[in-house]
Amino acid sequence: MTRWIARQRYLIDYALASAARRRTRNIGLLLVYALLVFVLASVMLFSLALRHEATAVLRHSPEVILQRMVAGRHDLIPPGYAERIGRIRGVQKQAGRLWGYYYDPVMKANFTFMVPPDGGIERRSIAVGPALARERGLDENTGISFRAYSGKLFAFTVGAVLPQDSELVSADLVLMHEDDFRAFFEYPAGHWTDIALSVANPQEVRNVAAKLAAALPDSRPILREEVLRTYASIFDWREGIVLTVLSGALLAFAILAWEKASGLSADEKREIGILKAIGWETSDVLKMKAWEGTLLSLSAFLAGYVAAWLHVFHFDAGLFAPVLKGWAVLYPRFDLTPAVDGLTLATLFFFTVFPYTAAVLVPVWRAAITDPDAVMRA
Amino acid sequence: MIELRAITKAFNQGQHNEFWALDGIDLTVEARRVTALTGPSGSGKTTLLTVLGCLARPTSGRVSLKGEDISGLPERFLTEIRRRSFGFVFQQFNLIRGLSALENVMLPAYPLGPEFGALRLRAEALLARLHLAHRREARVEWLSGGEQQRVAIARALINDPEVVIADEPTANLDTALSRQFLAILEELSAEGRTVLLTSHDPLVVESTAVHRVVSMRDGRLVAA
Ligand SMILES: Nc1ncnc2c1ncn2[C@@H]1O[C@H](COP(=O)(O)OP(=O)(O)OP(=O)(O)O)[C@@H](O)[C@H]1O
Ligand SMILES: [Mg+2]
Repeated sequence: MTRWIARQRYLIDYALASAARRRTRNIGLLLVYALLVFVLASVMLFSLALRHEATAVLRHSPEVILQRMVAGRHDLIPPGYAERIGRIRGVQKQAGRLWGYYYDPVMKANFTFMVPPDGGIERRSIAVGPALARERGLDENTGISFRAYSGKLFAFTVGAVLPQDSELVSADLVLMHEDDFRAFFEYPAGHWTDIALSVANPQEVRNVAAKLAAALPDSRPILREEVLRTYASIFDWREGIVLTVLSGALLAFAILAWEKASGLSADEKREIGILKAIGWETSDVLKMKAWEGTLLSLSAFLAGYVAAWLHVFHFDAGLFAPVLKGWAVLYPRFDLTPAVDGLTLATLFFFTVFPYTAAVLVPVWRAAITDPDAVMRA
Repeated sequence: MIELRAITKAFNQGQHNEFWALDGIDLTVEARRVTALTGPSGSGKTTLLTVLGCLARPTSGRVSLKGEDISGLPERFLTEIRRRSFGFVFQQFNLIRGLSALENVMLPAYPLGPEFGALRLRAEALLARLHLAHRREARVEWLSGGEQQRVAIARALINDPEVVIADEPTANLDTALSRQFLAILEELSAEGRTVLLTSHDPLVVESTAVHRVVSMRDGRLVAA
């Protein structure tokens, strides 16, 4: 075992020295390689993080949301409407919700004003999401005023800044007291934006929806699972576009790697011949070259991946946010919560490190199995 | 030490440019002696040397080393034999550019995985013995031809082989350096090593350091 380790150390030593001798070529390769990993990993990390956010958004949302439709458009729930539903088996809880969008002309962005279902916010006080707090320099006990659509100015004190566990959930959120909400939007008393119903058993969600539609023909039940599916398909579609573009890049890289690696220079062929003639086995040569390929691709992979991580989670994925992020208008600046998933990491690793190492080894193997007597005639 | 029986070697066999470089060679190489192969260019000296040193397989015939038939052994075993029993000094020296003299000398031992400190000491001792201690950290492409050859000799000795094989060892050396090489040759055989070399340099062939001269022509041995 120690003998084995000693041998690998010699082979690695030699591989490093050999890589250092072809410095320019290897650095060029390393850069292209790292760039490719960087782009691929950025896409993967970014879409993964977005998906995480979306799941987090939906985790907190109720199983069924009931909207009332008037002339095909979403309208307010009038008083007494909820009572007409009566009791439906499987529904644990139903409650009217109050929320609306507010366009802030100062920040040129939309915010979601909302009354938290379990209250907890004082009158004249608001809790704000981290994005808003950041952009407008808000902190606890700072004051802020919003001009309502009616033209009236409303002043609030910030009671709390919401935690940043998932920015999509809370970034643009402004939580306020019910009375403030109704006054701000001039919401008539007893009216609601929609009704949230919680259904414990996922099997019953569709039944509940059917019964709701029957009981209230002018309503539209929105199921969480359907929203989830829509999100998923949107992400898949966007990711698909990016990946199509990237497969082109991948192909270009494969060609480059193949050309760089397969075109063993006369010098390298000679070197392999010498090694064999002085007593290295074919497998020793292959192992040494495998180490060389692995070390190069591994460092490229790590460099590219770390750069992608920084790009996505510290620089807001600036390079391709326009393609992937449909939220750019809503979220003036939004830091994704870092998330890594072993499978995508493994996939990326497999599709970059493995083909490169293989591409390096094939020509070496071909050179290494030839009889070593050729070196006698160099 | 090494016995060849009815050795032939064809290049490009079965093709229009088929060429028989060795054509029925019977030869016994004695242990602890210096044997020189000589003959005109193209007579098959280098080819015979590659067969003797297990660098190439004969097309037909039997090779035995210390009484053991090794012609049928698979590649891996041949490499093993080559590594333990033979040290090569090539005509072009075939050192690996970009590495230091010391690293070049240690190279044949890498696949064996010896303890690094011991290996380094052994390599340093060999270089010192060949008067190259002061050049051990120099990259080999900066060395003179004679120095390069001595590095190549040190490399051939690192695994302590019984047989040292040298192809045209003096072809790239002037008279003074050639004499120096012959002195090394005597040392090697005094240590009990078997030495096989090719040469058409009279200085070598007629030297007292060489115990036996084998002449070749057109792939066959000719009586000296
Ligand atoms: N790989 C090869 N393919 C075809 N022919 C070859 C090959 N190697 C050697 N030969 C031929 O075999 C013959 C013997 O070559 P070899 O190198 O053994 O001669 P040599 O006696 O060493 O000559 P020199 O004194 O010039 O070194 C030559 O005619 C050479 O052209
Ligand atoms: Mg020759």
